[in-house]
Amino acid sequence: MKDIIVIGGGIVGCSVARELSRYNARITVLEKFNDVSCGTTKANSGIVHAGFDAKPDTLKAKFNILGNAMFDDLAKELDFPFVRNGALVLCFDKEDFPRLGELYNRGLDNGVEGLKVLTKEEVFEMEPYVSKEVVGALYAKTSGIVSPYEMAIAYAENAAVNGCEFNFGKRVVSICESDGRWTVECQSGEKYSADMVVNCAGVYADDINNRVCDKKINIVPRKGEYMLYDKSCGYLATRTIFQMPSKMGKGILVSPTTHGNIITGPTANDVDDKDNLYTTYEGLSEVYEKSLKSVPSLNKRFVITQFSGIRAHSVDGDFIIGESDKKGFYNVAGIESPGLTSAPAIAVHVAEDIAGKLNLERKRDFNPVRKGIPHFAIMADSDRAKLIEQNHLYGKVICRCEVVTEGEIVDSINRPVGARDVDGVKRRTRAGMGRCQSGFCLEKVMEILARELGVDFETVVKHEKGNIVIGKAKK
Amino acid sequence: MIDKNLVIIGGGPAGLAAAKSAYDSGERDIVILERESVLGGILNQCIHNGFGLHTFKEELTGPEYAARYVEQVEERKIEYKLETTVLGVNADKVVTAVNETDGLVKYRAKAVILACGCRERPRGGINVAGSRCAGIFSAGTAQKLINIDGYMPGKEIVILGSGDIGLIMARRMTFEGAKVKAVVELMPYSSGLNRNIVQCIKDFDIPLLFSHTVVDIRGEGRVSGVVIAAVDDKLQPIMSTAQEITCDTILLSIGLLPENELAKSATVKLSPITGGATVDENMMTSVDGIFECGNVLHVHDLVDFVSKESEEAGRSAARYIKENRADRDYVEAVGCEGVRYVVPQYVSKNTQSEQIQLKMRVSNVFKNVRLVGLIDGKEIFSKKKQIVTPGEMETVTLNKAQIDEIRKGKRLEVTLKGE
Ligand SMILES: Cc1cc2nc3c(=O)[nH]c(=O)nc-3n(C[C@H](O)[C@H](O)[C@H](O)COP(=O)(O)OP(=O)(O)OC[C@H]3O[C@@H](n4cnc5c(N)ncnc54)[C@H](O)[C@@H]3O)c2cc1C
Ligand SMILES: Cc1cc2nc3c(=O)[nH]c(=O)nc-3n(C[C@H](O)[C@H](O)[C@H](O)COP(=O)(O)OP(=O)(O)OC[C@H]3O[C@@H](n4cnc5c(N)ncnc54)[C@H](O)[C@@H]3O)c2cc1C
Repeated sequence: MKDIIVIGGGIVGCSVARELSRYNARITVLEKFNDVSCGTTKANSGIVHAGFDAKPDTLKAKFNILGNAMFDDLAKELDFPFVRNGALVLCFDKEDFPRLGELYNRGLDNGVEGLKVLTKEEVFEMEPYVSKEVVGALYAKTSGIVSPYEMAIAYAENAAVNGCEFNFGKRVVSICESDGRWTVECQSGEKYSADMVVNCAGVYADDINNRVCDKKINIVPRKGEYMLYDKSCGYLATRTIFQMPSKMGKGILVSPTTHGNIITGPTANDVDDKDNLYTTYEGLSEVYEKSLKSVPSLNKRFVITQFSGIRAHSVDGDFIIGESDKKGFYNVAGIESPGLTSAPAIAVHVAEDIAGKLNLERKRDFNPVRKGIPHFAIMADSDRAKLIEQNHLYGKVICRCEVVTEGEIVDSINRPVGARDVDGVKRRTRAGMGRCQSGFCLEKVMEILARELGVDFETVVKHEKGNIVIGKAKK
Repeated sequence: MIDKNLVIIGGGPAGLAAAKSAYDSGERDIVILERESVLGGILNQCIHNGFGLHTFKEELTGPEYAARYVEQVEERKIEYKLETTVLGVNADKVVTAVNETDGLVKYRAKAVILACGCRERPRGGINVAGSRCAGIFSAGTAQKLINIDGYMPGKEIVILGSGDIGLIMARRMTFEGAKVKAVVELMPYSSGLNRNIVQCIKDFDIPLLFSHTVVDIRGEGRVSGVVIAAVDDKLQPIMSTAQEITCDTILLSIGLLPENELAKSATVKLSPITGGATVDENMMTSVDGIFECGNVLHVHDLVDFVSKESEEAGRSAARYIKENRADRDYVEAVGCEGVRYVVPQYVSKNTQSEQIQLKMRVSNVFKNVRLVGLIDGKEIFSKKKQIVTPGEMETVTLNKAQIDEIRKGKRLEVTLKGE
């Protein structure tokens, strides 16, 4: 059987692993963090773009359109939160109006369906809380929103169930080839060998590529900062609201999330450090001020958290997908926005391409269906009652803001590719994601993690190196 | 569906006092629903003393104060359910609760008392920029980790915000051997009690920096420091004053928010100022038969006032169950000029109360002022104060004669006047 190594457990690595797991091959994902979805995939806008923005005839445009169309079925098959809520691009200046037409035409060129230019009145009818300064908008019916980390986790779980192996805490530091076999070495010392290495290392994909290939690539980290609002503000937008790019810059979006919060952002600033996820005073101020331009009644007081993500901007401007100049080393690099949207289509393409190169056969017993963690908070009372009857832990609420039960938390730890730390539980169940931001449930979640994993309370971490408690108090 | 005369949500000091006084007013069919595994609410983690000076004329710790009320509830054999979370209440007073043993339970109540307390404001609420690493806790979480679970959240601490919990934690962490490097407060005054500033900060020589804010949090994995700066009179940081303080832990004590999700689900009208319900002198909300008291109604600084207010709610609920009547012919009570709010917001023109306690908070620090009550412009009380601060709740107790004046009027204004 052929061996394939996937470097990186973001949305790209996870979806590629899952599509590859349709074939008879031994697939191993190596991820430097404790969990999947800890890189760019956990911090982005979560928009399933319609596709009018991408330059025609690019890979971005192609996979955006293909990917977008896959979401309805995929979200059902893999059970992750997705809503096709539509999007508006607001135009604030009569002079910019012709450029809405340009966007519209570009959308048509790309094959986007259901685009429409709206008058001011039509905009207010759709979104009563947008600024009265708006003069018109482009409406894109096929735009959607997704929970990006839940999507990646869903992909990973399904890949695992179909035999793919996930190894965490494995930072790849060297890759070499001899006689057509690749040896991949991790910082922790382990070596893995494979017939094919797939580079899905996000912002570090250039680093991995440049260790192996003659043709170098260059990925510039570009930071985007966000503010997230309490669900009580959720009524302010039902569609994703973009601003028309203007001389004032690209503008920022205001969008509902799949869980009913409001997200605003991102900024765009090139940074030197690929791990620099700091939010900045200037960045957050910019997000806030620009968001008011679209929705003036947003109130900072209801912000529950801020965060930032790093775009893997390839200097060439397009996705880099395909076998490199070294046989058996395959790049899926420079996957910046619309990367999330494109990932499902990219993954299918990459898996088919690799299957062809390695002569892989399709598995007969591939199981495409993944059932997510039941979410007590959004269930009907009758279903809640049934669930508690089956497992009494569903009767014990741990996170009060998001109504997450102990049953869900235990499930999130014990299922395939389960949570290993507090943030892992949070991404899978939403415990700690509500308006108190884990003030009340933190130590309860830590206790459950310690118990289920059989480790000491003090060793439970927030993420990777982020230890939560320093030590035992004097008694 | 279980029929129940009175369902009390929350077994903290508010819920306990309400249960006790409802019982003493003759109501026997009561249940208290509490999501934690013990009664007592937030008091269980407040192991410092300073509770009960008004009620018991002695200084008790939080758990001791709670224990006295738990005892009274036990003596009366009032039913309570622990580890039971209320998921929703509707305007028909159907309460949906869940626990491990009974599963999903619905109560049809004649009266409901919401006594769910409050929660701490998270980091997002103040837009602190910087690293998103471990080591940032709300002060209450840190308090729970140390006092209940026996773990130290850190060794070198900076506290952001000077609310009471932050002040108390500064002392507590110091006792446990941690170094509290600074308490940083945005406003030119503390939002905590003066008593706590003296006993928890000054007595331990902890630097308390007013008119400062955090502009950056540093650290990879774990907090390694904070950058603070002075702010100008528009509360904007003056970057030239920025300085870094190294620390491994940041505690946030930036205010408390009433926990009003259940009130919302019951369509109870909320005050945008307090974040709690608007109530009348009986603590009845805008929905007949739904009452509110304690920190869910408005944030208290002293538990004694919580108990008193909640006893009123318990008595009124018992009466409501008997009479099934709500008096909505109201005189409105409002805060003006320096008085941010007044609770209760309404006094019924047919009120039977012999005594009504008005509670209020001011919007800034004022010295040598009078708290003045005006009914349709006519002064009915005046209380001299050397100093009033936003961190300290003010109270005025009205007597029968003053209440009679109010009943005849339309609008009660409480305002601050110079001497
Ligand atoms: C601000 C912002 C907004 C965005 N908004 C959208 C949007 O609205 N819609 C949309 O479609 N797309 C959006 N995107 C793009 C989308 O988020 C990305 O395209 C996608 O998440 C990239 O996934 P990835 O798997 O390539 O990268 P990542 O999620 O970063 O995964 C790469 C993984 O590789 C691991 N890794 C790196 N180096 C090594 C190594 N040496 N050894 C082992 N593992 C390693 C990392 O730890 C990481 O987990 C946005 C991006 C940003 C930053
Ligand atoms: C950390 C802290 C320190 C303080 N320090 C002092 C001090 O030094 N001196 C002083 O006099 N006062 C102090 N106070 C103030 C005083 O203790 C509080 O005002 C008082 O505890 C409030 O009582 P409560 O019953 O309204 O709220 P809580 O004590 O918070 O009780 C509310 C209860 O309701 C339960 N509950 C909430 N929602 C639900 C639901 N949906 N289902 C079931 N149960 C639910 C909660 O679990 C909780 O037990 C302090 C307050 C805090 C927060």
